[in-house]
Amino acid sequence: MRNYKVVAGPEAYLPPAAATMGVELPDEGGALIEGSLATEEEALEHAAKKFLEAKVPTLFPGPLVLWNWRDGVEKKAKAVRDMFETLKEVAIPGQRPMLIPMPDYRPKYPKIDAETEINPNHPNLTIWHNKIDVCMFVGVHCHFANISLKIIRGETNCYTVAMCAQHGHEDAMMTFRDASADKINQLSAKIRELAGK
Amino acid sequence: MSDNSKSLIGTKNKMGQTYADIEDFFNGKIPKEQFFMTGSEIVKEAVKRSSVGMSISYPITPQSEAAALVGELWVEGYVDAYFRGEHEFAVMSECAGASLGGCRVFTTTSGPGTLRAYENFPMWSGGRLPIMLCLMVRGINSPLSIQPDTIEIGMLLDTGMLIWHAEDAQELFDFILKGYVVAEQPDVHLPIAVAIDGFFVSHTKEMVEIPSPDYCLLPYDPYRSPVPVMDMETAPMRVMRDPFVMKSNYISYMTHTSWQLEIRAAIERSRKYTRKLMGGSLIDVEDGDAEIILCTSGTAVSQSREAIRLMKAKGMDVGLVKIKSIRPFPTEEVKKALDKAKLIVVPELNISGWMAKEIKSTIDRNSRVMVGPHVAGGMTMPPEIIVEEIEKEIALRKES
Repeated sequence: MRNYKVVAGPEAYLPPAAATMGVELPDEGGALIEGSLATEEEALEHAAKKFLEAKVPTLFPGPLVLWNWRDGVEKKAKAVRDMFETLKEVAIPGQRPMLIPMPDYRPKYPKIDAETEINPNHPNLTIWHNKIDVCMFVGVHCHFANISLKIIRGETNCYTVAMCAQHGHEDAMMTFRDASADKINQLSAKIRELAGK
Repeated sequence: MSDNSKSLIGTKNKMGQTYADIEDFFNGKIPKEQFFMTGSEIVKEAVKRSSVGMSISYPITPQSEAAALVGELWVEGYVDAYFRGEHEFAVMSECAGASLGGCRVFTTTSGPGTLRAYENFPMWSGGRLPIMLCLMVRGINSPLSIQPDTIEIGMLLDTGMLIWHAEDAQELFDFILKGYVVAEQPDVHLPIAVAIDGFFVSHTKEMVEIPSPDYCLLPYDPYRSPVPVMDMETAPMRVMRDPFVMKSNYISYMTHTSWQLEIRAAIERSRKYTRKLMGGSLIDVEDGDAEIILCTSGTAVSQSREAIRLMKAKGMDVGLVKIKSIRPFPTEEVKKALDKAKLIVVPELNISGWMAKEIKSTIDRNSRVMVGPHVAGGMTMPPEIIVEEIEKEIALRKES
């Protein structure tokens, strides 16, 4: 049970919650890579590599960064946008970075426009449609991020990164905690550095 | 977005109480005083220091006095809103509304009231509402009993709530304050039932040591919630619009399942916070190397202690494991603590033996578990009876 690894799926018809498999969230200053504790520096490097290796690296910003509802959010939203610009800038032929919002949490039945948005109740549809192989959740309320991340792990082969403003998400393949604009900017800088730009 | 409320430490609320870190209530930084109080009275003292926004209850024995005393706090200004609901189902629904709106909520009920409200409890956990329910347990079965019986705790085990069981008034005070802190962590954010055995704790005076009322918990920060707080004035919270159950928009079975798994995950995440605030473990162990271990919770622990004293006087090798948190269940701690025991005795104040079932499903070689002795419906559990039943069990096991 203690050796449970949180890796890209499709894992199972019903993947377990990583927390119930013994994966614990990191303390301040830490991160998780595939269920194991890591330093934030290691996590930045790991995430940057994943984005650079991806065919369709994608950012999923949620309501907490889509609306300017509190001091500091505008700066954070700009950092997300800058990261998307970075991904486009460093993209090599064949890579197709995307920025797809999760504007709210209500299911979009009978049909979601998977090209333009993602929804926590059926996130797999957006991932399948766009062939997304690496994604990052940012600004999504923790509960909805976690239910999405489990569905993604069960249904798709997408590698998930969580940039969480609170304590992190063990259901993502890797997670940062206490996310800030600076941390997102650090990730962008690491992507540039590893891309040699 | 970090915990903004921490910046309030050292500042005062409208009642002149100073906001303090939870650790400071228990590490000696805040002065303490001793009192001779009932469990009901200690509830009032705990709520007074808990920066509670709203308290709603419906009277039922043995909880009524505690609920009424919390009402006095509203008159004094320590609780922002307080009223009696129409009945327990209404009360718990109203608590949900208050919590969704961003309030720190306190409620209390007992026995049949718990069952009448039952539908709300999994709704609270599914809604990630960190409501404090002080459960003063009593009999629920017909024929009527208003006396202590822990069967209702067994019925809450799979609701997705955190469940702690206090042995006495002191622990009840401590658990209310600590319970809020654990339940409101953004990665936990679940309702919590702090249970006591009605009358035995609620109506019995005992010595307690409580921190000065000049200090209070930091306020709840609803904007750290894992779900949108129902604030219709502030985007992005308006994204909620529909109630979280999405009345006109049913979610897929997979979402429902993932949602429920997330509630179980949140219970797991509470372990580290709970361990920290409960002195490092979800259980207490006394004489853990003994051959016979009595393992239980609530006032059955107090009776067990006395039984242990009697057994030791007879030269028996006996120890105690006290379970403080029932959800999360202290799986690893219990496994380790009971590993060497030859006989595990689980005295319970209910007819179903839910605690024995929990223990049996946790440990290996579970034929070591003696299910009982049981009492129910308010019967007391005299220590002499515990001893007698254990001696009978030992004799039976020797025969077989």
